[in-house]
Amino acid sequence: MGGLQKKKYERGSATNYITRNKARKKLQLSLPDFRRLCILKGIYPHEPKHKKKVNKGSTAPRTFYLLKDIRFLLHEPIVGKFREYKVFVRKLKKAYGKTEWGSVERLKDNKPTYKLDHIIKERYPTFIDALRDIEDALCMGFLFSTFARTGKCHVQTIQLCRRLTVEWMNYVITSRALKKVFISIKGIYYQAEVMGQLITWLVPYQFSHDHPTDVDYRVMATFTELYTTLMGFVNFRLYHSLNLLYPPKLDSKAELELKGEDEDDYAMNSESYLEKLSALSASLARVVSATEEEEAELDQFPVEGEDMEKMEAREKEQIEQEAQKKLFEGLKFFLNREVPRESLAFVIRCFGGEVSWDKSVCMGSTYDVTDETITHHIVDRPNIDKQYINRYYIQPQWLYDCVNAKLVLPVEDYFLGVTLPPHLSPFVEEKDGDYVPPEKLKIMALQRGENPAQEEEEEEEGEDDDEEEEEDDNDDEEDDEEEAEEKNLKKMEEQRSQGKSLPVKVTPGKMKVENPERLEQEEKAEEKRLAIMMMKKKEKYLYDKIMFGKKRKVREANKLAAKRKAFDDAEKAKKKKARK
Amino acid sequence: MEESSTRSEDMKNTEKKKRKEEEEEQEEEVFSFSKKAAEEEEEDEDQSDSEDSVFSGLEDSGSDSEDDEDEEEGEEGGSHDEDDDDDDDDDVKAEPQQTQKKKKKKKKQEVIKAAEEEKKDEYEHDSSDEEDIRNTVGNIPMEWYKDFPHIGYDLDGKKIFKPIRNKDELDDFLDKMENPDYWRTVHDKQTGSDITLSDEQVELVNRLQRGQFGDVNFNEYQPSVDFFSKDVMIHPVTNRPADKRSFIPSLIEKEKVSKLVHAIKMGWIKPRRKEDDSKGRYYDLWANEDSSILARHRMHLPAPKTPLPGHQESYNPPPEYLFTDEERALWEQQDPIDRKLPFVPQRFSSLRQVPAFPRFIHERFERCLDLYLCPRQRKMRVNVNPEDLIPNLPKPKDLQPFPTTQSLVYRGHSGLVRSISVSPSGQWLASGSDDGSIRFWEVCSSRCMKTVQVGGAVKSVTWNPNPSVCLLAVALDSVVLILSPCLADRQVVSASERLLIGQQEADTTEGAGPVTWSETEGEELNQGIRLKIQHPKAVHQVQWHAKGDYLASVMPDHSSHLQVFIHQMSKRRSQNPFRKNKGLVQCVSFHPIRPYFFVATQRSVRIYNLVKQEMTKKLQANSKWISSMAVHPGGDHVICGSYDCRLSWFDLDLSTKPYKMLRHHKKAVRAVAFHRLYPLFASASDDGSVIVCHGTVYNDLLQNPLIVPVKVLKGHVMTHDLGVLDVTFHPTQPWIFSSGSDATIRLFT
Repeated sequence: MGGLQKKKYERGSATNYITRNKARKKLQLSLPDFRRLCILKGIYPHEPKHKKKVNKGSTAPRTFYLLKDIRFLLHEPIVGKFREYKVFVRKLKKAYGKTEWGSVERLKDNKPTYKLDHIIKERYPTFIDALRDIEDALCMGFLFSTFARTGKCHVQTIQLCRRLTVEWMNYVITSRALKKVFISIKGIYYQAEVMGQLITWLVPYQFSHDHPTDVDYRVMATFTELYTTLMGFVNFRLYHSLNLLYPPKLDSKAELELKGEDEDDYAMNSESYLEKLSALSASLARVVSATEEEEAELDQFPVEGEDMEKMEAREKEQIEQEAQKKLFEGLKFFLNREVPRESLAFVIRCFGGEVSWDKSVCMGSTYDVTDETITHHIVDRPNIDKQYINRYYIQPQWLYDCVNAKLVLPVEDYFLGVTLPPHLSPFVEEKDGDYVPPEKLKIMALQRGENPAQEEEEEEEGEDDDEEEEEDDNDDEEDDEEEAEEKNLKKMEEQRSQGKSLPVKVTPGKMKVENPERLEQEEKAEEKRLAIMMMKKKEKYLYDKIMFGKKRKVREANKLAAKRKAFDDAEKAKKKKARK
Repeated sequence: MEESSTRSEDMKNTEKKKRKEEEEEQEEEVFSFSKKAAEEEEEDEDQSDSEDSVFSGLEDSGSDSEDDEDEEEGEEGGSHDEDDDDDDDDDVKAEPQQTQKKKKKKKKQEVIKAAEEEKKDEYEHDSSDEEDIRNTVGNIPMEWYKDFPHIGYDLDGKKIFKPIRNKDELDDFLDKMENPDYWRTVHDKQTGSDITLSDEQVELVNRLQRGQFGDVNFNEYQPSVDFFSKDVMIHPVTNRPADKRSFIPSLIEKEKVSKLVHAIKMGWIKPRRKEDDSKGRYYDLWANEDSSILARHRMHLPAPKTPLPGHQESYNPPPEYLFTDEERALWEQQDPIDRKLPFVPQRFSSLRQVPAFPRFIHERFERCLDLYLCPRQRKMRVNVNPEDLIPNLPKPKDLQPFPTTQSLVYRGHSGLVRSISVSPSGQWLASGSDDGSIRFWEVCSSRCMKTVQVGGAVKSVTWNPNPSVCLLAVALDSVVLILSPCLADRQVVSASERLLIGQQEADTTEGAGPVTWSETEGEELNQGIRLKIQHPKAVHQVQWHAKGDYLASVMPDHSSHLQVFIHQMSKRRSQNPFRKNKGLVQCVSFHPIRPYFFVATQRSVRIYNLVKQEMTKKLQANSKWISSMAVHPGGDHVICGSYDCRLSWFDLDLSTKPYKMLRHHKKAVRAVAFHRLYPLFASASDDGSVIVCHGTVYNDLLQNPLIVPVKVLKGHVMTHDLGVLDVTFHPTQPWIFSSGSDATIRLFT
């Protein structure tokens, strides 16, 4: 009777998904090609809600893609290119096998290539989209540019990465977009604000890499292929937004200065030009000859009340930002040869400082050690033989800390051979209840413009407050008190009941001072406890989970504080001993 | 090899010659004077090839090109080479002759007529031929004739004999010493004769030995004239006309080209592509940004960014972020997935000491894998303020009065206090304990007024709720005792006496059943024990009807239907209301107003109509094991406590399912109680706490009861894993009594 039999798995979610192997067959691609395509097009697997239904009753672990995504891939022109390449490889092999060198030559000339421009445009329809996703590209670019040219990937790729990253750094310098720097054990994190987007990237330290064997470099290379294209276009656009020439050119003045120095050291002109650019010491040429761009001033709108406050806050913030941009203006740095030149030069130039280094370290140095006007000499060794009187000899951490604190910190803590204060991450934003290291408190006080000496006292007070809070957190303690009271009472009662023979003593009662605030608090706490009892099961679960998380946080913070205290005590004890 | 080639040439030459001979016959008239020569030629025919060609060249024509002669010379040169190989002596002889010949040929070019005469001379002096004439053995090693007397044959075929006397060493020596021409004497092996060289010949040999040309007159250092020079000559180098093939298109080429054309047409050969430099060329990709975002892109989930580093990742972190030894050991033990940090925080005293991070490439690679292999999902993070989750209840302050503080402790028992009960007047408190005593306390003063030793663990005590009598029912093993504690004014005592006496009268009429009523005597009577109701099994609970005439007793037993008895005081009568066993009865209760009877079994509560003698309702408690039950004074609500920590509130008007389940306690609920006047109920649990809740019941049927916990009362100490065993409210005041396993009774006011 009635209608056709409904078959299973022909409707609903089962038809929306496709397994990886089926997708591969549909696209007629090999697994590596499919992988490449997915990487380039940004297709990722999906986790169906009902896996068993989608998997047609089986529970075998499979990767699922959305069928729509795969259909979308079907129309990709690059798929054709992949096939062409496959054919090309086959032909080439054949020609080699037959030792037909002529046709090998010809085939090699006609090697199929593809461009990723349209994919970039498709994946990032607006420029802001591209900027949002450029973090990974930058990280990868900086990593690849540090690779040795030893066959892990194409030399051209490495060169291209180097070029693009240098361009990016030059852009950041010119736009003074750098906001935060952090030296971690992994590398150096930089954060810049470009067109309202916060972009963070990680640059590894300049060491040769110990290439691991369990890493598939083909995957990385495919990503890099995409990322270099993306970075190129982004750089182009960014340079043009600042009226700079895109394949970046050094300022004519700077170029003249640099010319003639090391001209014969480098065989290839292009290479030496890249080197000059990567020295980061000279400004770039502009399309419109250097008219100082005036910052667009905020227009004043007639506003009232809250908006007014907001407006003021915004203005204040802007002023601060401007001040940060000119942090090192007027300072003249000289880098000793053992400090990481590129990173420091980048940071200094980003905040308007002048920088130079020894001629033998790298090309592009602008002045000598002997320059009398140098204000800061960055050194990273225990002591230095020849010191000039009119400059500070400081360790490189000072620069980074200054950038993060947004003010020129006092140099005393960073002199040669001094134990450095801890370097804090600028990315951590402490909420109330989180543990704040005392160094951060100090810096915050400095930012507010307070005297550090006063601050120390305050800090201690603050710590006391914290402790009190901790006490409040632990209601159990109160209970303990109550229990203790109870015990006393019990003891007394026992004595009373047992011993009529015991000498009865009358002791003057103590006035129990009732703290009305405390009472109120207790009352409230109890109220809350009772209300919690009345919660529904589901909500209670959620509530418990949230509270568990909160408690854990508090516990961790307490642990850190305790560790710190123990450390400080140990230090003090040591100092005392030393004094004696 | 060379010999064979010369022989093949011989063959050709002979053929040629035959043709020429024919020609010669025709031309005889013209060249009559050369007849003799021709004859001679015929003689020589077989011996010399070169001569033939010389003749033929001459005979052809005077203007015949020098090419022929060059050829001859070449041939002669070739034959000469052969001789060279054989022996040097021959060479020496041959050379001068040839040079002579050359000279003559030059002359011949100049004067043709004279050439004929010279020719004769030439052949007269042609020593090479003479040699051959003398000995015809040919070019063979002469050792072959070593053992013969002759050394070859002459032209006539006669043997040429060796010189009769061979020279021996001595002759040789003598010759050397005596003969002045010895140095220029050469031994001819072929003829075996000695030849003395002439002066010219010696001179020639000397010149050759010095590496000079044999011809004295030849100038080696002639000024050279370049054949090809920078000057353009008016005449071509060769006057040879162009070949036909040079102006006819080549067929082979045509074939090749057509093949290529075909291949190009078919697309087999592609034109060489121009160097595509557009790959690294960038332009403004987003020049015309259209706001119409692709539908796909709207669905696109951007990959989450990598989390930003915290203080512990710093190269010089604050000391509290560094691992202690235990933390480090823990970190090393943990699986990489379980670790909170993927690295160990480290501290370096200066920047130059920071090494490369060994897992840098790994981390980047893992990020890559995440980007293209991880399913992405939008996770809705619950961002709830936990305070909002807490229900908004009326403040306990507004719900007063309720007991808040512990005010009195009644001490005296030495065992668990199982049961307590307050007299309807609210002045007295009775308690039954495991130590085998029943104590009567004055509520306000906490004084123990009376102690009755009953000699067994007391399971349950209950005051008769009728205020006009003063009786107490006690469950003790299998006996229910009725006590008259005489703790009221005389009127009340007498009223209770009357009630008991009335029973006495009825007693006689009652026959024997499973339950026997008996009066007490002697000591027990003095203590106030007036009646004993003997049950077949251990009694767990006794419960009065609100009017105070009926008493229900519970004897939990799985197997029998004799679990509940209802006793009537005034008639001393007992009856078992149930014919069937419906499960283990936990407790029973009377409806305060209507003739209903509540029986709680393990999982459910049954409500029986005593008048109609039928079950009206069965409530599902949704708990594993009901421990206690209390009925609201209004009679429409029931609460059940259970051993699985729950308290269920039933609204009899609503459903057979609990209206509310309260999980306030952490351990088994032992007792529950309603206040008679105030909207309060309480539950006592093994966790040592008593929770007092506000439970307003509205007369409006549409409004559900409001249940608010108002106070957690703690005071009892846990002993033997038991906490509070019984709880009861004061009949008039908002006070609550609780008895615990610590042998105390506490009053909270």
